[in-house]
Amino acid sequence: MRNKYSVFSLIKNALSYHENWQRAWKDPAPKKQYDAVIVGGGGHGLATAYYLAKKHNMNNIAVVEKGWIGGGNTGRNTTIIRSNYLWDASAGLYDHALKIWEGLSQELNYNVMFSQRGVMNLAHNLQDVRDLKRRTHANRLNGIDAIYLSTEEVKKFCPIINTSPDIRYPVLGGTLQRRAGTARHDAVAWGYARGADAMGVDIIQNCEVKGIKRNGDSVEGIETTKGFIKTKKVGVVAAGHSSVIANMAGLKLPLESKPLQALVSEPVKPIIDTVVMSNAVHAYVSQSDKGELVIGAGTDDYVSYTQKGSHQIVEGTLNAILELYPIFSRMRMLRQWGGIVDICPDASPILSKTSIKGLYFNCGWGTGGFKATPGSGDLFAHTIANDEPHKLNAAFNLNRFVSGDLVDEHGAAAVAH
Amino acid sequence: MFLINCPYCGERDQQEFKAGGEAHIERPKQPTELSDDEWAEYLFMRKNIKGVQFERWNHTHGCRKWFNMVRDTSNDEIKAIYKMGEKPPAQ
Repeated sequence: MRNKYSVFSLIKNALSYHENWQRAWKDPAPKKQYDAVIVGGGGHGLATAYYLAKKHNMNNIAVVEKGWIGGGNTGRNTTIIRSNYLWDASAGLYDHALKIWEGLSQELNYNVMFSQRGVMNLAHNLQDVRDLKRRTHANRLNGIDAIYLSTEEVKKFCPIINTSPDIRYPVLGGTLQRRAGTARHDAVAWGYARGADAMGVDIIQNCEVKGIKRNGDSVEGIETTKGFIKTKKVGVVAAGHSSVIANMAGLKLPLESKPLQALVSEPVKPIIDTVVMSNAVHAYVSQSDKGELVIGAGTDDYVSYTQKGSHQIVEGTLNAILELYPIFSRMRMLRQWGGIVDICPDASPILSKTSIKGLYFNCGWGTGGFKATPGSGDLFAHTIANDEPHKLNAAFNLNRFVSGDLVDEHGAAAVAH
Repeated sequence: MFLINCPYCGERDQQEFKAGGEAHIERPKQPTELSDDEWAEYLFMRKNIKGVQFERWNHTHGCRKWFNMVRDTSNDEIKAIYKMGEKPPAQ
């Protein structure tokens, strides 16, 4: 039985010096056989397991993770959550996620620190202005909150932005999604892990998948560093390493894995109470609850699995940040890191069955998967449990690269990919 | 970030180059005969190897010539560089 977190449990545990908290999840050895195995213990994988158990009564399942849960891109992103995508299919997918975010802390009994502080996207040239206005209209037609801001309104909403007309990339306007915001990335992984574990899901860490066993066109199980696990359903949620797993099963995916960088500054007092994104100069900034500026940069253009990126990418981002926010000129950066993102040719994800029965892929989230974590888990669980996609992820199938029915969010999304 | 030995210009910073993706994907000889599956394979499907990969690069801020590279994507170590049209080294 899982103890509920509450103010009373906090007081009770304070009396015993916080030494008797119950483990949030067990550390089991893998069983010989499961009804389904999720490969990858990041936010998306854990959410998938959680919804498989909760909504589809699949409790004899496991999540296998080669490192520790939430240690990949879940722990490496800039935690921005928004749903202001252009196309109907994307709007449906990302707003489904945003709606779950709004009640997630209560549902999981775990504070994921979801903060709807708004996300503002800046326009720096006339084409940006036209694109952002178009997207604002598209969002509103899809029932997604979006407003277009003039330069003066941008300045009023975030006073530290330099709106001088003579800078290299002047701010000509922007969009604002007020329901958007940030969440605490670790808490999302831990909250889903705790919730899934409570329903009987085995979360197996330090267990790397080495092979996928097939019998003709069906999955029979997976070879791991902790032995063979028999299962008829394998859901792969391995982000940048999706192609590596696909190659084990003899599949090719339309993905390229590239390093995406982010960095945080030293902590300072509250200075920016929203999230500001600028596609044109590839600079995203928000402030964490600890006071650090959280800055997102761009990807390198070559395939690499090194979890580090090029110096000039960070330099370019910081140049843009300094021009937009001259007040940050004396800030020192504390940490910089890279994550490996799996990018699709149309910059939209894949949540899909494959040509192999029982093998499912949830990948291709590229540079912006964190925001979709709850929705992705929910829809992927539906796809695995029913062997059919949900109507919200039907467009995001693997077959779209054959049919040509792409969901082309490159540049059409609020962010340059 | 690494140095690349351009076969025409010599060693330069990677910043001067543009990655052109997986190498040796041959353009279909009979495009009109191709099925949708074959088009998808040619246009979109990639090996995306973690390890030694054959790829194309262009020296965009230099001689602007294309060439091939063999690179270990797990540590960005360059194994070999050879010109377009040359046979890839055995790996």
